[in-house]
Amino acid sequence: MKILWFAWFRTRVGKTEEQVTLPPEVSDVAGLLEFLRARSPGHAAALRDLSVVRVAVNQEYVPFHHPVRDGDEVALFPPVTGG
Amino acid sequence: MSAPTPRMLVKVQREDFDVGAELDALTRGRLGVGGMTSFLGLVRDIHGDARVGAMTLEHFPGMTERELGRISAEAHARWPLEATLVVHRFGRLEPGDRIVLCAAASAHRQAAFDACAFLIDFLKTRAPFWKLEATDAGERWVEARASDDDAAARWDAPR
Repeated sequence: MKILWFAWFRTRVGKTEEQVTLPPEVSDVAGLLEFLRARSPGHAAALRDLSVVRVAVNQEYVPFHHPVRDGDEVALFPPVTGG
Repeated sequence: MSAPTPRMLVKVQREDFDVGAELDALTRGRLGVGGMTSFLGLVRDIHGDARVGAMTLEHFPGMTERELGRISAEAHARWPLEATLVVHRFGRLEPGDRIVLCAAASAHRQAAFDACAFLIDFLKTRAPFWKLEATDAGERWVEARASDDDAAARWDAPR
């Protein structure tokens, strides 16, 4: 699965994207976030406050209960500030 | 004669744009248009108590265009529009620079006013852009404002 990081999540994690192999127990976005948090202190810092985590699976916003599977592209970012 | 298909333009670009030329192109040949409303967003030199020297707009190529397309399609579904336009820049911008242009054209003004406000309100809460400001106190990521969520949420209320 491809993970994309944007804005200050990207600077905390230290990369713009990474490939991860999902453990079998991860089946939704909430489980994925828990899994990613354990990868490094930077990941944990980016995902510390879930109220500011926005998720897009294959370029569409999804809620935390949305299912994920290998082959998905999952983008993680803070609330948007364009306009 | 059947009405022409509504025009829906979305542009995400690094370059500056010419407001007059963009608005002219949007309604050219659309003789059913009675009015057009536009919103132009510019970079301010003050944010809170900090002086902003420049800002860099990051975005999510691909999703940005799709999300702006979805917001535009939603505006067309809600109001009888002849044409809509969203132009949004990314990259490094300085105070006074143009950031975003939204426009909605319709037979009558009320739909144009409402749809234009809807476009910018939803763009601010949904389009995947992030502003990194260079201020006299250093670089900082702009935080989302609750008032922007409130502005978008008013379109959910019964009308």
